[in-house]
Amino acid sequence: MTRIEELVKEQADKHGRQRTSLMPILQAVVGSEHYLSEDALVAIARELDLSSADVFGTATFYTFLDTVPRGKYVIRVCKTITCHMKGKDEVIGALEDMLKVKLGGTTTDGKFSLLQANCLGWCHKGPVMLVNDEVYPEISAEKAVEIIGGYLKKG
Amino acid sequence: MENKMKKVDLIFDQVDHLAILDKSLQRTQDEIILDVIESGLRGRGGAGFPTGLKWKFAKNEEADQKYVICNADEGEPGTFKDREILTQVPDKVLAGMALCGYCIGATEGYIYLRAEYNFLLPMLHKAIDKFHKELKKRDFDFSIRICSGSGAYVCGEETALMESMEGKRGEPRNKPPFPTSSGYLGKPTSVNNVETLVFALMIAQEGPTQFKEMGTFDSRGSKVFSVSGDTPTPGIFELELGMTLEQFVNEFGDGDTKAVQVGGASGFCVARKDFKNTLIGFEGIPTGGSMMLFNSSRSMYNILNDYLEFMEEESCGQCTPCRVGCQQLVKGIEAVKKGVKPPAYLEELQKLSDTMRIASKCGLGQSVPNPFNSIIQNFREEIIY
Repeated sequence: MTRIEELVKEQADKHGRQRTSLMPILQAVVGSEHYLSEDALVAIARELDLSSADVFGTATFYTFLDTVPRGKYVIRVCKTITCHMKGKDEVIGALEDMLKVKLGGTTTDGKFSLLQANCLGWCHKGPVMLVNDEVYPEISAEKAVEIIGGYLKKG
Repeated sequence: MENKMKKVDLIFDQVDHLAILDKSLQRTQDEIILDVIESGLRGRGGAGFPTGLKWKFAKNEEADQKYVICNADEGEPGTFKDREILTQVPDKVLAGMALCGYCIGATEGYIYLRAEYNFLLPMLHKAIDKFHKELKKRDFDFSIRICSGSGAYVCGEETALMESMEGKRGEPRNKPPFPTSSGYLGKPTSVNNVETLVFALMIAQEGPTQFKEMGTFDSRGSKVFSVSGDTPTPGIFELELGMTLEQFVNEFGDGDTKAVQVGGASGFCVARKDFKNTLIGFEGIPTGGSMMLFNSSRSMYNILNDYLEFMEEESCGQCTPCRVGCQQLVKGIEAVKKGVKPPAYLEELQKLSDTMRIASKCGLGQSVPNPFNSIIQNFREEIIY
């Protein structure tokens, strides 16, 4: 058994093997692997006795279920109108300079991915970003750099 | 200018949610449902279906299992009230779900929480564990679980939400059948917005009269508004329904408000000249709570473009009018802006958006014409030049 297959089996033992278990399993694999590889999708399909096309179709529907490799920390800066008005472009620019990565890309050390997201639900406190599940409202370019600096140190 | 807006505190008031539940369990389901119908409460997520009727339909179904779903997939741009409600008064939401469960005869409840709010999970799990212990003491058979979303706006649509819970692509279903007869796993299901469940709980506590006396004929009670954009006081406010947009702008505007987007990216843009005659509510312009103010420094082209790109990305792609329509509207306004197409092309695009309203399968595609037509009509020059 490969490492991925073991992980999938472990998650299926936890969440069950019904169709309703698919989302929690997909989410758990993204949580630990940072994305859904082809191997992972096939392993999940086998474990749940679904067609891999069906599993692929479900996974690719959802923005947060990445099917391309992502960094250990996924930064999602809200791009919707009020965050746009409050300066999300400056935040993204500062993070691009800091991490030496273009929007949508992942740093070469595999630590950070820098993405945009649709409305994160903090319109009164924009700009806002998510780093994995952690939320950082009312940021500025400087503050964002400081926060990501903290993650850099964390390793 | 006189300001008649009344601030209300039904949602965020800390109450003994268990006492309300205990009191309600002494009454019959029909009595409570009648109270909710009588109060005039309509769904607070945006669509505004009468809550009491939804509960009644679900109750009248015969089934071995029924479900309560709390819709916490708050994704409409400009809305953030459900997150605040879940953060500040989670116990009231859980009790509202249990109340609904009691009324319709469901023993299982789910909170569908958007992935963007995953940071709430530890706190919510703790609240649910505590709540389950209290229900056990009362010998009341009801349990709540959380299903996480994964970043799809369309899953806020109730049938797409249930598809997602079932482990599928979040593509809306055809209606009918409605969820109250065939919902989650094909069983009768009542899907209610976070805020709606708390209001229902408060109506069970206070009776229907207090709620019914607030607001207007079609828009009873109060509502939590999410205020953002060009305003000195952004945030969450519970206000009595029935105010005009002029009253709203007097309270929240920065003195230079040129437009208000009522109801988020799927809502309507109202220009200054119409503030006076526009009622916020089901008689006028309904909103799930999103109120975005824009002052004269903002480009309405950018705002429209932002909304359209949002819809283009979030369209599930299942039906052609929405999938292709959204793409063509984004391309179309860009072409007009760049002078590649003449200004009259905007009329062609409006015909397309009208088609989307008629032919799209769900609320997403059907409501794209709201921002599109209202912004084009009110700010035509800004789109062209």
